[in-house]
Amino acid sequence: MKIAVCLKRVPDTTTKIVVGAGGKSIDEAGVKFVPNPYDEYAVEAAIALKEKAGAGETVVVSLGGDAAQETIRTALAMGIDRGVLLKGDGSADGLEVARVLAAELNGGGYDLILFGKMAVDDYHHAVGVMVGEILGLPVLSSVSALRVEGGTVGGEREIEGGVEVLAAALPAVVTTDKGVNTPRLPSLKGIMAAKKKPLEVKPVSLGAGTMVVTGLSLPPERQAGRIVGEGPDAAAVLAQLLRTEAKVI
Amino acid sequence: MAAILAVTEQRGGSLRKVSLEVVAAARQLADAMGATVDAVVCSSGPVEGVAALGNAGADQVRHASHETFTLYNPDGFAATIASVGGGYAAIVFAATAMGRDLAPRVAAKLGVGCATDVTGLGTEGGAVVVTRPVYAGKAIQQVRLTGATAVLSIRPNTFATGSAAKAGTLQPLAVPAFTARVTVTAVKAPAQASLDVTEAPIVVSGGRGLREPANFKLLEDLAAALGNAAVGASRAVVDAGWREHGAQVGQTGKTVAPSLYVAVGISGAIQHLAGMRTSKVIVAINKDKDAPIFKVADYGIVGDLFEVVPRLTAEVTKLRAE
Repeated sequence: MKIAVCLKRVPDTTTKIVVGAGGKSIDEAGVKFVPNPYDEYAVEAAIALKEKAGAGETVVVSLGGDAAQETIRTALAMGIDRGVLLKGDGSADGLEVARVLAAELNGGGYDLILFGKMAVDDYHHAVGVMVGEILGLPVLSSVSALRVEGGTVGGEREIEGGVEVLAAALPAVVTTDKGVNTPRLPSLKGIMAAKKKPLEVKPVSLGAGTMVVTGLSLPPERQAGRIVGEGPDAAAVLAQLLRTEAKVI
Repeated sequence: MAAILAVTEQRGGSLRKVSLEVVAAARQLADAMGATVDAVVCSSGPVEGVAALGNAGADQVRHASHETFTLYNPDGFAATIASVGGGYAAIVFAATAMGRDLAPRVAAKLGVGCATDVTGLGTEGGAVVVTRPVYAGKAIQQVRLTGATAVLSIRPNTFATGSAAKAGTLQPLAVPAFTARVTVTAVKAPAQASLDVTEAPIVVSGGRGLREPANFKLLEDLAAALGNAAVGASRAVVDAGWREHGAQVGQTGKTVAPSLYVAVGISGAIQHLAGMRTSKVIVAINKDKDAPIFKVADYGIVGDLFEVVPRLTAEVTKLRAE
């Protein structure tokens, strides 16, 4: 079983966002970066599937600057065998990112290519699906349950008011949602071993794409409202306000 | 004349409500560009509610009928829409489970980018421009789409369905040959709650303050009294296994924009606020008067939720019965 995982370095979800000097991206000063939480499910799935198969190779691929090496090392410490850094600037256009990743993955002999369902920074929700389309592979997106056996892959995707059951033949692309597994923490032994694992750096350049970011702004601050009251007696006042003032019930 | 394609959704032979929002958003864009709107319906048979697409602003309704289109068919829907998509100035999807899977497939086939979760749209110098929340709504990105076809998905509960009634003339749309690489073999009912937090007009969410999973019954009762309400949860209680991950509101969960959001026993961590701050009206019930949730709430009650919530349920029931 040969498995690739695509991993992105993103700001921690507790980060307070400040718009940077150019007005089109965030100010990265003082921001803590972490592996994209949804990608961690993909990393865990890759390691667990290889363990279950008893043989194979797991590879983590990341597009980004030198700092993404640290993110790759985190995945290696969790148990991924080797890393590839596609060194270059990202793009606001997910298709350009997908094209570069697909070019790296094409012909790699992977049974499975895993992604998180989305990155918590740009919220595209698109790159994994696009890589599958470019490579002509089946795509099971946003799965919260995953089963691989006998050359097939099955998954479950939460939809509004239900769960879709998905099936395809390998090789395939899968993007993972919360619920699919619980990612392991790197062990001390894993962290030591990760330092010696191979990490190849390949320079890449992305096309201009068809999405141009023209600005980034903070949403308008919500004005704090009012405390209606204290204790259960305030509930009657609240219900009236929701009906007559806010008109939402 | 330029045209916009609005991609609709059906489930079990009925049109989904979010499809009217997609048509309304497409109509808004079409009016800004002097274009017409075609809505596309993929199904295996007649779909109830299709007439409403004309009332929502569709000039034409293109029906792609295929025996395998009873459930979502990722490769079949993508091939069908991409077969005509290049002829449109823009293709509008909903940022739903289906739209999140389908829009990037179509965009990749057309060789353009895909702007997801759009909350505002217009035109500028002939190009489609959109605003979309990033970092779970902690920032808003402005994007110009420069491809021949602009592919985008709109956030549910964001675009009002207007009354720009158009003809909605029904036309068949040929389904091209395609290979179904992945298939949806079944749709199962969820273990909890049927209304999704992203689409419900009212969301009642609970956090650690509920103390134990069984106490979510209080919120389910309130949701039932409010009607048309879904029960959400904070990350802490989802991570603790009290509620399904699909109910999680926040940066690593769902971003919601209901008309009423009721936060019960939720202190208001930055990653939770990011997921619900665009709700139209926010109510907070918390025993800690200094909880950050009160800084974004329109109405707050400081008190013991175990006393306040049952009382609120009773008051709402009484009011709605009047």
